[in-house]
Amino acid sequence: MNGGQDLGGTHGHGPVKPEPNEPVFHDEWEKRACALTLAMSAPGGWNLDMVRFARENRPPREYLSMTYYQIWFAALERMTKERGLVSDDEIEAGHSLYPPKPVRRVLSPGDVAKTLHRGGPTERDTNTKPVFAVGDKVRAKNINPLTHTRLPRYVRGHVGTIERVVGCHVFPDSNAHGGGENPQWLYTVRFDGRELWGADSDATIKVSVDAWEPYLSPTT
Amino acid sequence: MQLRTRALETILIEKGYVEQAAIDQLIETYEKKIGPRNGAQVVAKAWVDPKFRQWLFEDGTAAIGSLGFGGRSGNHLVALENTASVHNMVVCTLCSCYPWAVLGLPPLWYKSAPYRSRAVADPRGVLRDFGMELPKDTEIRVWDSTAELRYLVVPMRPAGTEGWSEGKLVELVTRDSMIGTGRPKHPGELP
Repeated sequence: MNGGQDLGGTHGHGPVKPEPNEPVFHDEWEKRACALTLAMSAPGGWNLDMVRFARENRPPREYLSMTYYQIWFAALERMTKERGLVSDDEIEAGHSLYPPKPVRRVLSPGDVAKTLHRGGPTERDTNTKPVFAVGDKVRAKNINPLTHTRLPRYVRGHVGTIERVVGCHVFPDSNAHGGGENPQWLYTVRFDGRELWGADSDATIKVSVDAWEPYLSPTT
Repeated sequence: MQLRTRALETILIEKGYVEQAAIDQLIETYEKKIGPRNGAQVVAKAWVDPKFRQWLFEDGTAAIGSLGFGGRSGNHLVALENTASVHNMVVCTLCSCYPWAVLGLPPLWYKSAPYRSRAVADPRGVLRDFGMELPKDTEIRVWDSTAELRYLVVPMRPAGTEGWSEGKLVELVTRDSMIGTGRPKHPGELP
């Protein structure tokens, strides 16, 4: 979706402000928002792409006025409510009012290290061959789905070069919306700064994105 | 936010969806165990061990995995080599993808609109915000983390560190130097 999250190349946000000796968390609630989000993916049964869509799918003015963990927490509330795991009146009351729904799995303390170490690999076996090879010129398609996509606006319609054939990976555009993993070939595509930003751009800049095959078309 | 997070946490624990001890352990892991120190060990090893260095650039996931790092936000790792003519810089314009397994949780500025908007269009301007000026002819390679590949910049080894042990070199590797928005410390900057 062309939402507030798709920030590449937008203007007016001001300078970057690094914070010396920054703590990992700035407030106690941020710790809880982070850890609850990580722990709830087991019983919640959602995948990372669904989580990303739950975070970005809100009015841009809202997205841009929230902090990172506010966005995380809002998405967690949204997903737990959508799946009937908690209800509005429970949140209002601050306590459980109804029996729990059966869930597949709960993250036990003994499994935390193991679960983090396993992570979530997204590469999948395939019988298909990649359409593009290193060095090929490709055009990023001009797509504007209302749903989740990982093709940023600033590369759409522009021509780049395949730099790396990464492998066959879970396709977020399907996976975020219950369409299954639908694995697709993934490429690192490199663009010249001038191709993206015009003749006045710095000629020494090259920008790459990681793009799935359905995002790309041949240039000839 | 304090009240809202407490309320949801209470409900989720009462319903048995999460265990308090698991929450505490997750927090402790990212506050104390998984952080830029992991990445610094990778970089220091790449500075002293040519075989490891080659492996790291050929297969980042396997080479970094051999040091025990990987998993969440680090299942597919790519190491990027800074040289005298090429400077690498990492961003995620669409959210805040970051190589947790080697750098821990991202700093605020990495997740902020100013960084995510400008890193791909005006990386030199962004570097100036960090007090860093690169030669005009240095190529700047910006990597937008739009999939599950996670990028780790391997900065150039600082001059004046010949003969240093890996353990001592680790102290020079800063978090920002592994994102591409800073340099490693100079030997003189160590206490």
